[in-house]
Amino acid sequence: MALRRDWVYENNGGTCVAIAGSDYCVIAADTRLSVGYSIYTREFSKICNLADKCVLATSGFQGDMKALQKNLAARHLIYQHQHNKQMSCPAMAQLLSNTLYYKRFFPYYTFNILGGLDSNGKGCVFTYDAVGSYERVGYSAQGTGAGLIIPVLDNQLKSPSPLLLPAKDAVTPLSEAEAVDLVKDVFASATERDIYTGDKVEIVVINASGIRQELMELRKD
Amino acid sequence: MFRNQYDTDVTTWSPAGRLFQVEYAMEAVKQGAAAVGLRSASHVVLATVNKAASDLSSYQKKVFKIDDHIGVAIAGLTADGRVLSRYLRNECINHAFVYESPLPVSRLVVRLADKAQRISGLTLMILQEQVCTQRSWKRPYGVGLLVAGLDETGAHLYYNCPSGNYFEYQAFAIGSRSQAAKTFLERRFESFNNYSRDELIKDAIFAIKETLQGEKLTSAICTLAVVGKDEAFHLIDQKIIQELIDSMEIKEDAPADQAPVTDEDGSTGAAPMDI
Repeated sequence: MALRRDWVYENNGGTCVAIAGSDYCVIAADTRLSVGYSIYTREFSKICNLADKCVLATSGFQGDMKALQKNLAARHLIYQHQHNKQMSCPAMAQLLSNTLYYKRFFPYYTFNILGGLDSNGKGCVFTYDAVGSYERVGYSAQGTGAGLIIPVLDNQLKSPSPLLLPAKDAVTPLSEAEAVDLVKDVFASATERDIYTGDKVEIVVINASGIRQELMELRKD
Repeated sequence: MFRNQYDTDVTTWSPAGRLFQVEYAMEAVKQGAAAVGLRSASHVVLATVNKAASDLSSYQKKVFKIDDHIGVAIAGLTADGRVLSRYLRNECINHAFVYESPLPVSRLVVRLADKAQRISGLTLMILQEQVCTQRSWKRPYGVGLLVAGLDETGAHLYYNCPSGNYFEYQAFAIGSRSQAAKTFLERRFESFNNYSRDELIKDAIFAIKETLQGEKLTSAICTLAVVGKDEAFHLIDQKIIQELIDSMEIKEDAPADQAPVTDEDGSTGAAPMDI
């Protein structure tokens, strides 16, 4: 419904979440594509498998998301031809950052989370803004439902500050099954209050044995 | 007799209507280590001889994956081959980016031929200033490519010359002593279309053996690659190649107890020429 000729973006809504574990990574995104108060489709995947240990989830403007994914996939193919191996997650993270900043003055309207395993087999999550500023974190959420989800993840996953007295233990690391359950819970909660989040959530789990995918139903209203 | 007067520049014709620089480039292909390609209805196999400069060095890579559905084997100046492989890979990636589908093999070889032709200056006079013998990148490419690929129209094997010509083949061999392989293939090619994947691979190994002229064939001096309907282009593991070679030799040694000299296929056809 963009009638103004100078506004070339559109927010298609949706939420992405990722949690990094000691030897796994969970990346999830809902499957609803909306514009304004309408739904375009209930079955749209915001997740792209870039490499065998690296998955990208994107919310924001899906036209830019598609272009960004294709760009990264082509660059990954070139990398494989030149280096005879797949890109590691941290390498892909830097590439994504550079790709986003390359369009600093006409940005990709995308809010990305990159998840996977680093070269040591540990889970890693990288979270981005629209122009490529990124940081490696233990968990992240982006998109319209992020504001509802991040506080819950902070409560469950955030490690206590090392400056606190008395010294507190680091938070108990979650197992893979617990992390997936947490993701399902936060999506169900976000769906209740965020109109752009719902329909289904696509959950991708990366661990040493490969990539596994599951779908869970969410409220359709 | 006049050859040396007309061979300095790739844009100079000889009185007999030949471009010697282009022909010299084709000579470079004939001097390179052998490469063979065979095609069936559903698979294409490429095999090359790995020539190492000395016992201390490793061999040069002669088989390149261009995309999941296309690969090439080269003979001649391998450096030129790498440059062309990079070009071919880019063409495939760009096409897939725009059209979300794999680049058909026939389109790819046409682009490669056009590129070779531009360089060899066979087109308009306008391009003459582009071709200059002082610039090292304006000479013809000194490499022949066997392009093996699969697309919607089926399995294909093409040969691209430095001159810019290309032809489609059922089977072909290029490089040094390739005539021996060609003779072998000429006898068998009519049945290739119905071959299974494994039969095709075996015949590729046999063809390579022909070019070795008595030298022992081991997996160390042979590279094998295959692409098929449900099989992305990939190099075959050296262990598997050695197993195939061993199984072939066992079959040969069994009946041939009166032939002590060679482990060749018993081919008594035309004497294999040297080039």
